[in-house]
Amino acid sequence: MADEKLTPQQPPDQPRIGVDEWVASVEDKRERYSGVVGRFRRLWDALPVGGRLLVFAIPAAIFPLVTTEGNLFRYGLITLIYALLALGLNVVVGFAGLLDLGYIAFFGFGAYMYGILASGHSGRHWPAELAIPVVIAGGALLGLLVGLPSRRLVGDYLAIVTLFFGQAFVVFVNNANRINFPFIGHTDLTGGANGLDNIDPLDFFGWKVTTTKDYYYFTLGAFLLVMMLLYFVNESRTGRAWRALREDPLAAEVMSMPINRLKLLAFVFGAATAAFAGSIYGAVQTGAFPGDFDVGLLITIYAIVILGGAGSLAGVIVAAIVVNAVPELLRDANQAEWVFYVGLTVVVFARVRPWPRLVGVVAGTIGFGFAVHAIADAVWPRLTAGSSGGEGALAQAVGSWVLLPSDPKQIANFAFVILIAAVLGLTLIHGVWRTVALVPTIYLATFVWENLLIQQTAGATRFLLLGALLVVLMNARPQGLFGTARVEIV
Amino acid sequence: MAQKLLELRSLNKSFGGLTVISDLDLHVNEDEIVSVIGPNGAGKTTLFNLITGVYGPDDGEILLDGKSIVGLEPHQVTNRGVARTFQTLRLFLNMTVRENVMAVQYGRTKATVLESMFRLPRARREEKEIRARAEDKLGFFGQRLVGYRWDQPAYSLSYANRRRLEIARAMATEPRILLLDEPAAGMNPSETHEIAELIGKLREDGGYTILVIEHDMHVVEGISDRVIALDHGIKIAEGSFDAVATDPRVVEAYLGLRKAETK
Repeated sequence: MADEKLTPQQPPDQPRIGVDEWVASVEDKRERYSGVVGRFRRLWDALPVGGRLLVFAIPAAIFPLVTTEGNLFRYGLITLIYALLALGLNVVVGFAGLLDLGYIAFFGFGAYMYGILASGHSGRHWPAELAIPVVIAGGALLGLLVGLPSRRLVGDYLAIVTLFFGQAFVVFVNNANRINFPFIGHTDLTGGANGLDNIDPLDFFGWKVTTTKDYYYFTLGAFLLVMMLLYFVNESRTGRAWRALREDPLAAEVMSMPINRLKLLAFVFGAATAAFAGSIYGAVQTGAFPGDFDVGLLITIYAIVILGGAGSLAGVIVAAIVVNAVPELLRDANQAEWVFYVGLTVVVFARVRPWPRLVGVVAGTIGFGFAVHAIADAVWPRLTAGSSGGEGALAQAVGSWVLLPSDPKQIANFAFVILIAAVLGLTLIHGVWRTVALVPTIYLATFVWENLLIQQTAGATRFLLLGALLVVLMNARPQGLFGTARVEIV
Repeated sequence: MAQKLLELRSLNKSFGGLTVISDLDLHVNEDEIVSVIGPNGAGKTTLFNLITGVYGPDDGEILLDGKSIVGLEPHQVTNRGVARTFQTLRLFLNMTVRENVMAVQYGRTKATVLESMFRLPRARREEKEIRARAEDKLGFFGQRLVGYRWDQPAYSLSYANRRRLEIARAMATEPRILLLDEPAAGMNPSETHEIAELIGKLREDGGYTILVIEHDMHVVEGISDRVIALDHGIKIAEGSFDAVATDPRVVEAYLGLRKAETK
C-alpha cells in the first residue's frame, strides 16, 4: 500500500487530507446543474471552442436569409456592432477589471476618424483597406494617451477620469467645426452639432459594401475574427496576467507582472476594438453625429457586458441579442404580450420551489383570477366590460380571467403604484407568506399589464419591461448569464 | 567562504515618525536557509516588502548577487530571481490552480501580445513550456496539488493547500532565493511538520536559497542554518538557533523584561 504509486490523474484513494467541507460543497455545486438548464450547461461545457463559435455563427449566417432588409438592420446589424463594441469593453472591464466610463468616446473616434478619412464632408476618399487600419491604429494611440495619465488610478478614480474624457469628447466633436489651425486656417473637422455627413461606404480594393446584407456579413466576419483573436489573447500569458491583475494587483506585480504596462495594454486593446466598430458604424450610418456617442450608449454596452458576465466572450453575444432584440420584439403589442406571459411563466417555474409550492402558486393564481372575475362580474359589471389592448388569441384567452374595466385609465394607474409597492413588499416577507402574497401580486401585475402597459409598448413600456427583465436576471445570476461567480475568502 | 546571494547594508525604513527598520545588516549565503524571528511588529514583513521592491528603503543598499536592486519595480526584482509568498495569502482566487502557477511565468516568457494573438510559433512553444513548468512545480508537492485539482479554482482549495499553492506559485517564477512569509501560520501540527520537511526539500531538490519568517519555533529549530532575531526593526541577535533562542535580549523581546530577569 505504502509503495503503491498514485497516478496524478485520479484522486488519491485515501482520506482526503486538506479537503474540508467547504471544498467538498464547491465540488458538489459543479455537479448540481439540474433540469433543462443543467443539460444545456453540461452540453455547452463539453463543446470545444470552435463548436461554441459555430453555435453562434451558423444561425447568424442564416439570419439574413429569413428576414427583411429593415428587420435585418434593426435586429441584426446593430446587434453585431454593439456586440463587437462589447467585446472590446469586455477586455477592459472583464479581463483586466478596469472601470472605463469613457469607452464610447473611442467608438465615436472611430466613426469620426473614418469620416474624416473618407467622406464627401472632408473631401478625402481613402479606400477602406487603408482607412480602417489607420483608424484602428489611431484608436489604439488615443487609448494609450488616455491610459498613460490614468494608469496609476484604480476603481472610482479611473471611472471619474475616463467619464470626463468621454464627455470631453462629445463637447469636442460638437465644437470642432471651427478650429483655427496654424498655417491651415479655419477647418471644419467634425461638422459640429450637425454631425459629419456623407461618409463613404466601406470600399475594399474596389469591393463596395453597400446593402444592409453586405454590411451584416462584413460585420459578422469582423466580429468572429476579433472574437477569435481576443480568445487567443485571453488564453495567452497576457490574458492570464490581465486576470491576475484583476484578482490581486499587488500580488500580480510582485509575481513578475508589470501591472501598469498591462493596464495600458488592456486600454489600448479596448480602444482599438471600439475604433474599429466605430468605423463600421460610421459607414453604415453614412454619418457620425455627436448624440450617438453619449452616456446612453455607454450604459447599453455596459449592460451587455455585465448581463453576459464580465470576462465571458459567449456572454457578450447572448447579452447583445437580449439587450437589442427584446426592445424590438416589444414594439408590437401582440409580441409583447407573449413576451410578458412567457416571461412571467418562466420566472415562476424557475424560481418557485419545491414543486408542490409551484403547483399551489399556479393553481392559486388561476383560481384567484377566476374568482375575482366572477365576483366583480356579479357586483359591478363595469369592471369586466372593457377589452384588452392586445388583439391576439392570447388576449382573448386572458379576457375572461383578468379584470378589464370599461374605463381603465385611472384605476390602472393606481394599480401600477400598488403593484410596485407590492413587489417591494414581497422582498421583505419570507417563507409561506411570500408564496401566499405572490398569488395576488401576479394577478395584479397582469391587471396592470392588460390595462395600462400593453397600450404603450411602442413607447415607455418596452424599456420598463427590459429594465424589469434585467433586474430579474441579475438577481437570479449576479455573475451574468455566462459569467462564473467570483469568490472572495475573508 | 560561501557566496553571499542576498545582502542588506545598513537598511533604514520609517513610515512617518515610526521607524520600522533601523540600520539593518543582513545577508543570506547561497544554499542557506535563514530564519527571521521576532515579535509582532518587529518589522519582518516590512523587510520582505523592502527586498521585493514593494517599498523603497529610506537609506541603505540591497544587493542581489552583488548588484543593487534598490529602486527596481517589484516585477523587475522578481525577474532578477527573488520570489516571495504572502503571510496573508494572496492567490488569484478565481483562477484555476494551474492558471495561478502559469500566470506568474509572465516575466520568464517573451511572446508579445501580437504573437499570442495570431498564435505564432514562439507563442505556441512558450505556451507548452509554461504549462509543463506549471505542472512540474505543482508536482513538487506530491499528491497535494496534482491531477484533478489542477482545474479547480484556487478558492476551492483548503487553507493548507492554498499555502502550498503560494509556494508553488513563487517557485514558478524561477527564483534563486525564496522568501517565505510565515509558511506554517494557521496550520495544524501535522501540516506544520510537513511544511518544515518541505522547506528542507525545497533546498535539497529545488536548489533554492531560502529566507523564511516563522513564528513556530519547532519549525525554526528544524530548518534553520542561521537565525536572525528582530525587534523594533533592530537586529538583536544572530547565529545558530540555540544561541539565538537563549539570548537574553531575544527572551526579553518575546516575554518582557521581568520574565527575562527571573528566568
